[in-house]
Amino acid sequence: MAKWMSVAQVKERIKESSAEEVTAHYLENIGKSKINGYITVSEKALDQAKKIDSEGHNGILAGVPIAIKDNISVVGLPNSCGSRILEGYVPPFNAHVIEKLLAAGAVILGKTNMDEFAMGSSTETSYYGPTANPWDLERVPGGSSGGSAAVVAAGEAPLALGSDTGGSVRCPAAFCGVVGLKPTYGAVSRYGVVAYANSLEQIGPLANNVTDIAILMDVIAGYDRRDSTSIDSKTEYQKALVEDIKGLKIGIPKEFFGEGIHPDVEKAVWNAIHKYEDFGASLEEVSMPNIKYALASYYIIAMSEASSNLARFDGTRYGFRESGENWHAMVSKTRAEGFGTEVKRRILLGTYALSAGYHDKYYLKALKVRTLVKQDFDRALSKVDVLMAPTMPNPAFKIGEKIEDPLTLYLSDVNTCPINLAGVPSISVPCGFTEGLPIGLQIMGKPFDESAVLRAAYTFEQNTDYHTKRPQEVA
Amino acid sequence: MITKEDVEHIGWLARIDISEQETVEYMEKLNSVLGYFGQLDELQTEDVAPTYHVAEIYNVFRDDMVKDCLPQEVVLANTEHKQDGTFRVPKIG
Repeated sequence: MAKWMSVAQVKERIKESSAEEVTAHYLENIGKSKINGYITVSEKALDQAKKIDSEGHNGILAGVPIAIKDNISVVGLPNSCGSRILEGYVPPFNAHVIEKLLAAGAVILGKTNMDEFAMGSSTETSYYGPTANPWDLERVPGGSSGGSAAVVAAGEAPLALGSDTGGSVRCPAAFCGVVGLKPTYGAVSRYGVVAYANSLEQIGPLANNVTDIAILMDVIAGYDRRDSTSIDSKTEYQKALVEDIKGLKIGIPKEFFGEGIHPDVEKAVWNAIHKYEDFGASLEEVSMPNIKYALASYYIIAMSEASSNLARFDGTRYGFRESGENWHAMVSKTRAEGFGTEVKRRILLGTYALSAGYHDKYYLKALKVRTLVKQDFDRALSKVDVLMAPTMPNPAFKIGEKIEDPLTLYLSDVNTCPINLAGVPSISVPCGFTEGLPIGLQIMGKPFDESAVLRAAYTFEQNTDYHTKRPQEVA
Repeated sequence: MITKEDVEHIGWLARIDISEQETVEYMEKLNSVLGYFGQLDELQTEDVAPTYHVAEIYNVFRDDMVKDCLPQEVVLANTEHKQDGTFRVPKIG
């Protein structure tokens, strides 16, 4: 059986043999893994596949295996969020997206590694150790959904779900040479994903090609009353897979090609953009003057929301607990021991930004700047259909290279986090290599116009072979 | 700039124990990030409304109906610290 398969190929194999055999194939690949992509491998995956075989292959993902980021709740599988504080916690309910996947017949392979509570761009802050990039085992896979991207790139799952708060699906997709989509805010229910910064995050799919992203979106998107920001856009994602972008207007925001961008990344992204010109698209430079303030605004908002969201982890109802002479001591010790350094840093900064005397200077200011950033997107996208830019300014960096200085690590989110402030959809697709490391092209669209984003991504993919390259380190 | 006393105060607000040595480390790292955040002061924002989230929905209501919920024993299954159907914690003060 081929190590890397598309959903169509997986379904073909299931028809020829069985869902059980296909799941066993992926479990075997996981067993030989060199990348530490999974925190938990499901012991029930084979039984689930057998059940699907015995019931006939109903559902559009019948027997298709999928990996789930370890902050998305699956009944019976530990949900650690890469943190010690959730040690031993097993969710008693399924996330909305998991209900949808199970109803479509998908087989859950396991839970993937991530930066602790999705706070990071390298998957190094996980309590369960770093995940390696399949293209170079000494490098990070990106983050925070680094496990999800890496297992897809390494042939340990044909599909995966991640979550994207400031780039956490697109960054690892770019670093691992796979496709990753952050849907429009509200398109996919957040019910059952452990909240880091609710106003910014979305669950998003990762796969080896654009078609599989659309297939997965057709399953997971849609209205859910349990998420009060859920919106039914009634988009039919697979219908967007049309190889034709004649007349497409592409905006190039020069602010996304700023100082510090790797020359090979810039070259690869421009080559991709010029290809679109050859296919009949028109280019226009657009200016988004407030983008340079997006990173600071994003981090203040994300940390503020995190300080509030993570208050629930107090050792009372689940997970790790330290003893203490009274409740305050018990909680303060539990949180000191249970959270890693980066999570504590963000909680402390968020607490500070929301505290009396600093709320207006930091939190309110950041929310106002968010308005300006969103207006930049509104203005730019009123003139063009999509925006294109590098997903990451640099290729994957070495494990340990940036972890000591939080600000350096934050700066790597410069091209991804503005999208979350504006809530627009954005996809990262492979568009080249530098010294054997993948480069991602980022395509951003109007709210709920995933169709334009997917059509552009699909057309590029049909005319290039970057998405067919596989990492030899794990072959 | 954040002082050592500020770090101790926000540590208390956030209920995170911070050792003497950690206080200094946090102070340095937090100040470097706050220095970066200071660039927002360049922008005039008096007349700009804040954006809390971008979904154009406000006040989502539903009928006040009793729906299925998790059984008590399932909710309590994730902790050893329980008694008579409740979570057991140390006294507050």
